[in-house]
Amino acid sequence: MSTATATASNGVGPTGAEPTIPKEHYLNASHGLKSWLLTTDHKRIGILYLVSITFFFALGGIYATLIRLELLTPGGDLVSPDTYNRMFTMHGIMMIFFFLLPSIPGTLGNFLIPLMIGAKDVAFPKLNLASWYMYMAGAGLSLGAMMLGGVDTGWTFYTPFSSVYSNSHVLLVAVGIFINGFSSIFTGINFMVTIHRMRAPGLTWFKLPLFIWSHYATSLIMVLGTPVLAITLLLVGMERAFGIGIFDPAMGGDPVLFQHLFWFYSHPAVYIMILPSMGVISELISAFARKPVFGYKFVAFASLGIAVIGFLVWGHHMFLSSQSVYASLVFSFLTMLVAVPSAVKVFNWLATLWQGSIAYTTPLYYALGFIGLFTVGGLTGVMLGTLGFDIHVHDTYFVVAHFHYVMVGGAIMGYLGGLHYWWPKIFGRMYSEFWSSLSALMIFVGFNLTFFPQFILGYLGMPRRYHVYPDEFQVLHVLSTAGASVLAVGFAMPAFYLGWSMVFGKVAGKNPWGVYGLEWQTTSPPPLHNFEFIPQVEGEIYDYGAHAAPEPVGANAPESVGSTA
Amino acid sequence: MSHAHAASAEDHHPPGLAHHFESYEQQKESSFLGMWAFLAQELMFFGGLFTCYIIYRSMHGDAFLLGSAELDWRIGAFNTAVLLGSSFTMVVAVWAAQIGKPKAIFWGLIGTIVLGGVFLGVKVIEYASKYEHHLIPGLNFEWTGPPASGIEIFFALYFAMTGMHALHMIIGMVIMLFMLKPALNGHWTPQNHNFVEGFGLYWHFVDIVWIFLFPFLYLLNTGAAAH
Repeated sequence: MSTATATASNGVGPTGAEPTIPKEHYLNASHGLKSWLLTTDHKRIGILYLVSITFFFALGGIYATLIRLELLTPGGDLVSPDTYNRMFTMHGIMMIFFFLLPSIPGTLGNFLIPLMIGAKDVAFPKLNLASWYMYMAGAGLSLGAMMLGGVDTGWTFYTPFSSVYSNSHVLLVAVGIFINGFSSIFTGINFMVTIHRMRAPGLTWFKLPLFIWSHYATSLIMVLGTPVLAITLLLVGMERAFGIGIFDPAMGGDPVLFQHLFWFYSHPAVYIMILPSMGVISELISAFARKPVFGYKFVAFASLGIAVIGFLVWGHHMFLSSQSVYASLVFSFLTMLVAVPSAVKVFNWLATLWQGSIAYTTPLYYALGFIGLFTVGGLTGVMLGTLGFDIHVHDTYFVVAHFHYVMVGGAIMGYLGGLHYWWPKIFGRMYSEFWSSLSALMIFVGFNLTFFPQFILGYLGMPRRYHVYPDEFQVLHVLSTAGASVLAVGFAMPAFYLGWSMVFGKVAGKNPWGVYGLEWQTTSPPPLHNFEFIPQVEGEIYDYGAHAAPEPVGANAPESVGSTA
Repeated sequence: MSHAHAASAEDHHPPGLAHHFESYEQQKESSFLGMWAFLAQELMFFGGLFTCYIIYRSMHGDAFLLGSAELDWRIGAFNTAVLLGSSFTMVVAVWAAQIGKPKAIFWGLIGTIVLGGVFLGVKVIEYASKYEHHLIPGLNFEWTGPPASGIEIFFALYFAMTGMHALHMIIGMVIMLFMLKPALNGHWTPQNHNFVEGFGLYWHFVDIVWIFLFPFLYLLNTGAAAH
C-alpha cells in the first residue's frame, strides 16, 4: 500500500477522536445459538474453535497437573501404574489432537487468512463449518472414551499392544482421531484453495504476509499427511474389532510397519503445530520492530522447505526399532537438514529485530520467548537426530523435555502471542498490558523451571512414562513440579483478563498497533463480509522500510495512552 | 484503497454464484482446485494401504501367489469392464452438463448408478464365496499348509483394500442419488455445473484405484488358477 492510501484508510475520523466500536460487525450481525452453530462465517468459526480448543487445553492441563503431582515423590502414592498410563496417554491425545493441531490454524488461521488476503470468506465456507463439526465429533468420542476410563497405550498407539493386548478404549479413540483427521484435511484444502484463488487484486505471492506462507505450508502437510494416519488407525481399529491382524506378528504382520506409517504422519504433524506458530512470530517481530521481515523470500521458502523435508525424517523415531542402520543413517542426515530452514527463520527474525524500533508489548514478549525456547527445542532435536546420542537418551525425559520445548515453548508461545496481537481485531477491545505481560513472564519462567530439569533427568537416565523413580531424581522432579504450578497459573490468567477485556477493555480501534496488513484496515471487530470496500494492494505488504509506519489508531494512539510505538 | 467500489459486490450477485466469489471463473477454479486437493488426499489414503501391500508382498511373496490364486480373475476382469463402463456413463453426464441437457445428465447418472450397483453385487457374491471357503481373516480363516500367516495377511489386505474401494463407491452412489432431482430440474447450466464435473473427477479416481487393485490382487498367479 502506498503511504497515501494507507494513511487514508487508517484514519477513523478526525485525529484525536476516541475510537468507537462499529455499530454493525460480525459478532452482532445475527443472534442466538443457532446463528453460531450454523454459521459459515470464517470469523465465527474461528471463535467456535477458540472456545472448544480452550476446553481441551484445560482438560489436557488437568492431566498434566495430575502427572506432575504423582511425580512429586519417588514412590507411586497418588495413582496406580495403570491409571498413570492412562493419564499420560490422555494428556498427549488431548493436547496434540484436540488442542495443538487445530490451535493456530483453527482459530487465528480461520479468522485471519481471508482478512489478510482481502477476501470475503474462505473458498468453501460450508466445508469450513463441517471441519469444526468433525473436530467436535472426534473430540466428543475421545471425551466419551475418557469418561469410560481412557486409553493406556501412549498417544502413539504402538501395535501389537494397542491392537491386541490393551484393555482400554483404543477403538473409540482411534475412531475419534480418524474423524478429527477430516477436520484437519478440510481445513487444509480450504486454506490452500483460498490462498491460491481468493487473493485481492494486486496481492501477488511475494507480497503475502508470512503468516499466509506458513499456513500454506501447513495445509500441504494437513492434506498429504493426515490421510496416512487415517488409514493406519483404521487398520488398527479393524484389527481390534475384527481381528484381521495386519500389524500382528502372530499372523505374519509387522509392528514396525505400523510405526513407519504412524510417524510418516506424526512427525510432519509436529510441523503442523510449529509452522503456523512461526508464521505468527514473523508477523509479531515485524510489527514490533517496525521493519519488514529480513530476507522475506528466505523465510517464505523456509516454510515450504520445512514442510517438504519434514516428510522425509520420520525414521528418526525408529533408530531402536530394528530399522536398518543404513536407513537410520539417511534419516539422521535428513533430520539435521530440516534444522537448516528452521535456523534460517531464527536468524532472519534476529536480523529483523536488529536496529529495529522496538515496541515492548505482550505479543513481542511471547515472540522473544518463542525464539529462545524454540532454539533450545530445535537444537536438542538435532542432538536427538544424532544416532549415538539418541541411543543413550532414547525414551528418556530428555526426549520429553525436547518436544515440550518445541510444542509448548514454540507452538503455544506463538499461539498465545498471536492471540494477544489479534485479540483487539477479533473482539475490538484491548486487554490489560500489565496482567498480560505478567502472565507471559510467569509462563516463560514456569515453563523453563518445569522442563529444563527434565533434560538433566533424561540425560541421567530417567525413562519416560514411569510413575516411580529412584530417590536421587527427586530434587529435579520437585523442581519440575514447582515449575508446573507457576506455569499453570500463567496459563490460567489469560482466561480472566482476556474475558474481562471483552466487556470492560478499552476500545481498540481499527489499527491499535499502528502496523501494516489488510486485516488492520477494516474495523475492529470486522463487518460481516470483512471489508466495506474491495481491497486492492499496491506496493509492499510490510512497508516499514520505504515509508513511515502508520500511526497507531485507537487505544494505543499517542494522544490516547502515550507512546507505545 | 479505492472506496469507490463500496459494497458494490454484495448487492446484485448473479444466480449460482456464491456471495464470496467475484466471478464464475473464480468459483470454478476454486471448486476444481479443491477437488484435486481432495483427490491428492485420497491418493495418500489409499497410498497407506498400497504401502502395506508392497511391504507384505515382498515379505510373503509365495504366500501372495497362492492367495491370489484363490481369486477368480475372470470375475475381476468382468468387474473391471463394468467399472470402466460406469466411467463412460459418468463422462456422458458431465458432457451433458457442459452443453446443458438436463435429461442426458439424469440418464448418465442413472447409468453410472446401475453399473456401480452391478459391480457391488458381483463383489457381494465374491465375498460370500470367500466366506464359504473360510478365507475371511478374524472371522473364519482356515488354511492348511506352511505359508498360512502370509495368506491370512493377503486376505486381510484384500478385504481392507476392496472394502475401502467399495465404501468409496457406495458414498459416490449415494451422492449421485441426491444429484438426480437437481439434474432433471435444470439446476446445472453450461455456465455453472462445477459440482457435476467435480464429482466426475471423484468417480474416475475411484475407477483408477480399481485399475490398480485388479492386477495387484487378481493377476499375480493366473497360470496356477485351478478353478
